[in-house]
Amino acid sequence: MSKIKDAFNGKKVFIPFITCGFPTLETTAACVREMVKNGAGIIELGIPFSDPTAEGVVIQEANLESLKAGVTTEKVFDLVKDLRRDVEIPLIFMTYANVIFAYGAEKFISTCAEIGIDGIILPDLPFEEKNEFLPLCRKYGVDLISMIAPTSENRIAMIAKEAEGFLYVVSSLGVTGTRTEITTDLAPIIKTVRENTNVPCAIGFGISTPEQAKKMFALADGAIVGSAIIKILKKYGENSAPYVGEFVKEFCR
Amino acid sequence: MKGRFGIYGGQYIPETLMNAVIELENAYENFKNDKDFNSELEKLFNEYAGRPSLLYFAEKMTKDSGGAKIYLKREDLNHTGSHKINNVLGQALLAKKMGKTRLIAETGAGQHGVATATAAALFNMECVIFMGEEDTKRQALNVYRMKLLGAEVIPVKSGTATLKDAVSEAMREWTRRISDTHYCLGSVMGPHPFPQIVRDFQAVISREIKSQILKLENRLPDAVIACVGGGSNAIGSFWHFIDDKDVRLIGCEAAGRGIDTFETAAAINTGRVGIFHGMKSYFCQDKFGGIAPVYSISAGLDYPGIGPEHAHLNDIKRAEYVPITDEEAVRAFEYLAKTEGIIPAIESAHAVAFAQKIAPEMSADKIIVITISGRGDKDCAAIAKYRGVNIDE
Repeated sequence: MSKIKDAFNGKKVFIPFITCGFPTLETTAACVREMVKNGAGIIELGIPFSDPTAEGVVIQEANLESLKAGVTTEKVFDLVKDLRRDVEIPLIFMTYANVIFAYGAEKFISTCAEIGIDGIILPDLPFEEKNEFLPLCRKYGVDLISMIAPTSENRIAMIAKEAEGFLYVVSSLGVTGTRTEITTDLAPIIKTVRENTNVPCAIGFGISTPEQAKKMFALADGAIVGSAIIKILKKYGENSAPYVGEFVKEFCR
Repeated sequence: MKGRFGIYGGQYIPETLMNAVIELENAYENFKNDKDFNSELEKLFNEYAGRPSLLYFAEKMTKDSGGAKIYLKREDLNHTGSHKINNVLGQALLAKKMGKTRLIAETGAGQHGVATATAAALFNMECVIFMGEEDTKRQALNVYRMKLLGAEVIPVKSGTATLKDAVSEAMREWTRRISDTHYCLGSVMGPHPFPQIVRDFQAVISREIKSQILKLENRLPDAVIACVGGGSNAIGSFWHFIDDKDVRLIGCEAAGRGIDTFETAAAINTGRVGIFHGMKSYFCQDKFGGIAPVYSISAGLDYPGIGPEHAHLNDIKRAEYVPITDEEAVRAFEYLAKTEGIIPAIESAHAVAFAQKIAPEMSADKIIVITISGRGDKDCAAIAKYRGVNIDE
C-alpha cells in the first residue's frame, strides 16, 4: 500500500514544494521541518536541474542558484537521509528525466527507496514514456506520480486508470508560477478522474493563497504550492524557515 | 517503436503538450501523402524559395585540393539565405491546414527565425520568435530582419541566454498557448513527430543532389558532408543516400575551441546519452545530468544536443560525426570566399573544413558533395572580430 495514498486517508492534504539547496541545503532542511510542524501532509523536494522547462521564472532561478551553490543529486540524497531522522510524512522528489537518467536509473530509484523517498514527479515524462522508469519504480516500491493537464481531455481516463500515489492535476496552461486567478474549469476534469481511479488527486500550478487552496480542496484531495514558497525563500534567504512555517500554517488551518 | 530511431527520440514533454503533438502527428500523417498539399508545397519551393538549388562543381577548390571532385549543394541560394526555408514552408503550410493562426519558433543565429517570420508574413500569420539575449546581440541584423517581416522577437534571458534557452522558452510559450499556435521547430530535434516532419521537409536536399549528380556524373557521390547542430541540413542531405551504403555520410560537429576543452558543442564527440528537450539523444552534460553551457563561434551550431536520428545513424555506424574547431571553420570560411567567390555560413564552413581534410587523400575519380547550408553575410562581423578586425555594421 502506498504511503502517499495513505497520507490522504479521508483528509485534505497540503503539499508544499521546495527547491533543494536554495539558498542552502541547511535552509531546505529547516524549512521542511517547519512545513511538517505546521501541517504539511506530503512534501515535494525539487532536485535542481540546469534547464527546468516546465518551470516559471521563480523556480527556474531557484534551480540555477542552487546548482551554482554546488548542489548535486548526491547532496540531495544526504539531505533526505538527514530529514528522515525525524520526518515521517511522505517525501516526493520532483525533478527532470535527465537527472535520473544521468545518475543511472536503477541506482537513483533504489537509493530513493533506501533513504525513504516515496514518490517521483517528472514533468517531462508523460504517459507514453513512463516505461522509461516505471518498471524500476515498481521494483523498488517508489510511486511514479502521473500528471493531468487542462489539455489532457480524452487522455484523462487512460492516465487516471494507471495512476499511483496521487494524481497531479495541473490547474492551468503554461508553466509553474503564481496566478491571480485559476480559470480552468477543473470540475469536469476531476469528475473524469474520479470515474476512473480511487487514487487521490491534488491540484498544482498557480496556487499561492489559502483562499485559492480552499477552492482546490473543495474539488480535490490536495493542493500543491511551489512558487509562492520559493518567493519567500528569495526574500528571507537563509532565515526563511519561520516564514515558510507561518505560510504553510495558513494553508493547513 | 513509434517516434523512435533505435533507442533515441521519443516524446519527453509535459502532459500539457501531449495532445498538441498528437494533433500535429495526425495532421502530418493525413497531409504528407496528400497530392494537393504536396503540389502546393512544391510550388512554394520552386516559385517562392527558388528551388531546386544548384549543385555547383567547385572546380578551383577541386584543383587546389588535388584529389576528389568537389560539388557544393547551394542551399545558401534559397530565399532567406539558408536551408531553413524548406522546413518552414512545410510546417507553415501544415499549420495553416490545421487552422493555426500563430507561429512561434526558437532561433540561434537567426536563420530559422528569419525563415519563420518570412513564412508567417507570406501566410498572414502572427509570429513570435524566441532568441537568446546573447544571440540577439551577436546577430542584431537578423533581429531587425525578423521585425521588418512583422515578427515579434523576444530576447531570452534565462539560463545561458543562447539557443538551448530559446528552445526551452518556446516550449514554455507553447504550453501557455496551444489552441491557435503551432511551434515551428527549426531542426530535427524535440519530441516526435518533429524529427520526422523536419527531416521529410529537408529531404528535398538529398533528393535534388541525387538527381543532379546522376545527371552530371552518371553516378552517386562517394561522400556527402554537412554541418550538424540539431542536424536538419545534414539529415536532409543524407536521407536519400542512407540506403546507398557506398556513400559516406559525414556530419561535422562544432568543436568550438576543441573537444578536449569545455568550450565545445560537439554532442556526439563529447556528450553522453541523455533526455532533454523532448528527446533521448546525445547531449553535452555534466556528471549529474546538468546540460552543459556549450560554445561555438557559430550561433547556429551552439546547441548541446543532436537530433535523435543522427544519434542512431552514429550508433549503427551508417554516418560519421567529426569535430571541427572554430579555427578550422574560420579558415574554411575564408578559403571558400577567396577560392570560389562563395561566402558560406560559418555553420556550413565546418563542412567545407572537413572536405578540405579528406579531398586530397581521395583519387580524382571520387566525388564529394558538401552542403552549403546557408550564406555567410550574417557572419562577416563575427569573423572580422575573430581576426581582430573591427568593422562598423
